[in-house]
Amino acid sequence: MNVTATLLGQMATFLVLIAFISKFLWGPLTQVLEDRKKRIADGLEAAERAHQERELAKKRAVEIIKEARDAAAVLIDQAQSRARVVVEEAQEEARGEAERLLVAAKTEIGKEVHRAKEDLRNRVATLAIAGAAQILRAEIDVERHKQLLDRIAATI
Amino acid sequence: MTQQAHEVAAQAAHVQQQIHEQVTPAHDPTAYIQHHLHPLQVGEGFWTFNLDTIFIGMFAAALIMLLAYLAGRRLNSDVPTGLQNVLESVVEFVDQQIRDTFTSRPSPMVGPVACTVFMWVFLMNAMDMLPVDLLPTLAGMVGVEHLKVVPTSDPHTTFAMSLVVFSMVVFYNIKFKGFSGYIKQFLFHPFGKWLVPVNIMMTLVEELAKPLSLALRLFGNMFAGELVFLLIATLPPWVLWVPGSLWAIFHILIITLQAFIFMVLTVMYFEIAHAEADSSH
Repeated sequence: MNVTATLLGQMATFLVLIAFISKFLWGPLTQVLEDRKKRIADGLEAAERAHQERELAKKRAVEIIKEARDAAAVLIDQAQSRARVVVEEAQEEARGEAERLLVAAKTEIGKEVHRAKEDLRNRVATLAIAGAAQILRAEIDVERHKQLLDRIAATI
Repeated sequence: MTQQAHEVAAQAAHVQQQIHEQVTPAHDPTAYIQHHLHPLQVGEGFWTFNLDTIFIGMFAAALIMLLAYLAGRRLNSDVPTGLQNVLESVVEFVDQQIRDTFTSRPSPMVGPVACTVFMWVFLMNAMDMLPVDLLPTLAGMVGVEHLKVVPTSDPHTTFAMSLVVFSMVVFYNIKFKGFSGYIKQFLFHPFGKWLVPVNIMMTLVEELAKPLSLALRLFGNMFAGELVFLLIATLPPWVLWVPGSLWAIFHILIITLQAFIFMVLTVMYFEIAHAEADSSH
């Protein structure tokens, strides 16, 4: 078998085919495959990220709810103790007021009693003088015996 | 030279005569087989063209180009369909081989060359699956006397590919090792600096064995496969189909395997060429 120009012909065909495949098949197709690989990887990564974010959000929501509940509990506690204080204060005030009123009433009563006694005493003195005058038939000089009469009135 | 020319002429005349006698497998098996393995030639001496080899090679190349063009024209990176799927799997397969073989970053031409080798060799090998008499008979009807159907059973085809691959290997060697690095490999490999003459011989044989084995392996396999088909064709018709179908089924394996081997070895030689010159010498 001699070496002939067929060799050159086949070489030319081979080279042309290589050039063609490089330009129209291998180049674009590997690019497409690369793109697809990249896009799939990106998609998976995004999904993973979204998943993580959702987990995080869930955790945060739980935390927020817990915080809110705690705050509410604190507020309720505060309100309750404040209410207790207010009630106590009111009671205290009411008691003081009542006592004051009572004291005022008592002094009033005392005054009234005193005045009544005074009044009674005066009347008794007058009555006694009148009685004595009746007995003595006007013999008693008011001017002269006033001192005596006063002493009598004071002892009643 | 003249003697050889005379011999060729005599042989051609002999074959010519046989054609006129309508060669059939039954009455002269040897002539039948010789007739089928003889290429359709024009020209003389070096300027001989094996037209069947060239045309069928071109036909296979054109088919690949057509498919590549049709698929490459509208590539869809989201939803690959039909033809794109097929070509994608071929390209990915070759790409995977390259990724598995290469330790460094492959040059941009490695992929296309390997891919071309695989597809072209496969398609040319696959011509073997056509019935041995189909194309030659059809060609005979339009006045073409010889037709060798399988281009890869012509050493011109296999050597054309292996020489292209080999020259690329040399190119990559010089590109990555430097010219002196490549020469050093001949001088100091594999026995170190004390056995330079032996080293030159060894490395020379090693390097030359690459294209030679690459070409001869494919040629040998395909030639032998075709020969077996022809031998089977000389059997009586009532028994022919048994070995014929068996060999055809087995040959599917060989066709694919040889295309694969050629591709893998090409990639491997490229990889070796890509490796940096080792600094120990």
